[in-house]
Amino acid sequence: MRNAPSVDDQLEMFRKMVVVRHMEETLGELHKAGKTRGPIHRCDGQEAVGVGATAMLADTDYITSTHRGHAHYIGKGLDPYRVVAEILGRETGYCEGRAGHMIVADAAKGMIGGNAIVGAGIPAATGMACSIRLTGRDAVAMCLFGDGAAQTGICHESMNIASLWKLPVIFLLEHNQYGLTVHSSRQSSVEDLSVRAEGYGMPGVLIDGNDAVAVYGAVAEAVARAKRGEGPTLIEAKTYRFDGFSTSDMGGYQPDGEIAEWRARDPIPRLRAALEGHIGEERLSAVEAEAHKEVDDAFAQALADPLPGFAGHPASRPYSEVS
Amino acid sequence: MAKLRYAEALNQALCEEMERDPAVWLLGEDIGVYGGVFKVTRDLMERFGEERVRDTPISEQALTAMTVSAAMTGTRPVLEIMYADFLPLTVDALANQASIYNYIWAGQVELPFVLRTQGGGGAGAGAQHSKSLDAFVAHIPGLKVVAPASPADAKGLLKAAIRDPHPVIFLEHKLLYNMRGEVPDGEHVAEIGRAAVLREGRDVSVFATSRMVHEALKAAEALSAEGIEAEIVDLRTLRPLDLSAIVASVEKTNHAVVVNEGWTFCGYGAELSATIMDHAFDALDAPVERVGTLDMPIPYSEPLEMAVLPDAGRIAQACRRAVA
Repeated sequence: MRNAPSVDDQLEMFRKMVVVRHMEETLGELHKAGKTRGPIHRCDGQEAVGVGATAMLADTDYITSTHRGHAHYIGKGLDPYRVVAEILGRETGYCEGRAGHMIVADAAKGMIGGNAIVGAGIPAATGMACSIRLTGRDAVAMCLFGDGAAQTGICHESMNIASLWKLPVIFLLEHNQYGLTVHSSRQSSVEDLSVRAEGYGMPGVLIDGNDAVAVYGAVAEAVARAKRGEGPTLIEAKTYRFDGFSTSDMGGYQPDGEIAEWRARDPIPRLRAALEGHIGEERLSAVEAEAHKEVDDAFAQALADPLPGFAGHPASRPYSEVS
Repeated sequence: MAKLRYAEALNQALCEEMERDPAVWLLGEDIGVYGGVFKVTRDLMERFGEERVRDTPISEQALTAMTVSAAMTGTRPVLEIMYADFLPLTVDALANQASIYNYIWAGQVELPFVLRTQGGGGAGAGAQHSKSLDAFVAHIPGLKVVAPASPADAKGLLKAAIRDPHPVIFLEHKLLYNMRGEVPDGEHVAEIGRAAVLREGRDVSVFATSRMVHEALKAAEALSAEGIEAEIVDLRTLRPLDLSAIVASVEKTNHAVVVNEGWTFCGYGAELSATIMDHAFDALDAPVERVGTLDMPIPYSEPLEMAVLPDAGRIAQACRRAVA
């Protein structure tokens, strides 16, 4: 495995980031139009982490995600149409409309779950790494989690066990500065959470989370380390969400200028500029247009798809009374 | 057929299932080198190695969540939570993770894991080591809950639980570990969700679980001397419930007493009582009687603890009230 992505790899990351961004923007519009249910957690601005961290993984590698997982889903190779259909509660969604946008899974892609309980994906990936070890598979498990989840007790328990047992797991901390509305400085005793790795006896790496290439490089190295049997790595990717916590966010807690400052570091134009010299503006524009069309078509199709009818599901049968 | 202690029967089940299926592995506090504080996992680490019999840190939350995901990704973990009193530490993994995924993900995953724990009072273990939290786990759709009362069932139901594709909470009782009984050798797999009539009777049905089955049998002896014949039904599985066996017994005796070592308020007995009234109201000649632990923390000193726990005397009283 390369530690640096090829130009083709970078172009694919760029394409997926554009897919995610356009999906987020469209979801925002649909929410305003009253066409979505429940809160939607957008990840605009954080696409480089989810897409960059999953770019080198295979379907046989597992990831666990968060309630803000759209970039993780698309990065791991899920079909945008079926993701959108799930978010819109359609029968054609990945989970037939049962999961909604926060808990999407596609087991065939190794995407065993977004998770709307903050921190719960961390032990989940650790347990998946136990399975990988016990069955002798050449694979890794990765949990993508936020700075809010890093404050949970279960994070400490999981990191201790993962390092103690040298499990093939990667802890990818997507540090977007806010746990709901509360800034990290009011939640954490340390500014850089990666320093905690030392306390668990594993490497802690701090990277620019708005640089997809940097994310790719750090994760590729952690994957190689995990596969060599050397245990977990904690990677802290500093990033920022441009939008609110969710569509229910009233705002007002982010200082003036902070959003503008981070918008100037938008990961998508940044990767685009880096790629321009390699492949030219024309091809990049074409990739963008295709990505937009894919997302637009996904929404059009999903909105036309049927809603599920309620019926007993085979999965619920084991729990009913014995007849 | 050998005469084994309840703990030995569990050990035999674990050993046989680990030999049969390399995907089965064990984790929990003190289960490896020490063989478990109740010696259920004795000698298993020596036999199967440290990878398959994992001594763990004291991290119940993470361990339970890890067990859930390890079950979804190709292995069959059996987790030991030392005391049922620690189940509250595991609740996110059970209520928000394990119990939902099979349904929420439209059947994309199975969750073949067993959470073994032991509960119950009577050993002077105090308020944080004596509870029966059966209702706590039985409340959650998506979990199966099993509570064997005999060594034979301990083996048969644990083997069935390990082979089950869904999460099973396996409730043992600290006062049953030393109980001896005939246990079939080798392949003895009981069916989860089936009750057993341990004593036939015509006057009143007593539905009990775990250690209370034995108290109910003692009560039945006393009642028989008074001319009341109690039918003792060991539910064996709290969820799914063997409704047809329950209804059949109530239709025979027209009186029902439910006994569970958990607290009565919002307890498992309340569910059972309501279920009987939902499905067999016309067969009842009297209200369903409930027997459980008094609604208070479990005290330490022996006379205090014995006063709050249900026993044969209280079960017999409830039967007398039912048939009066």
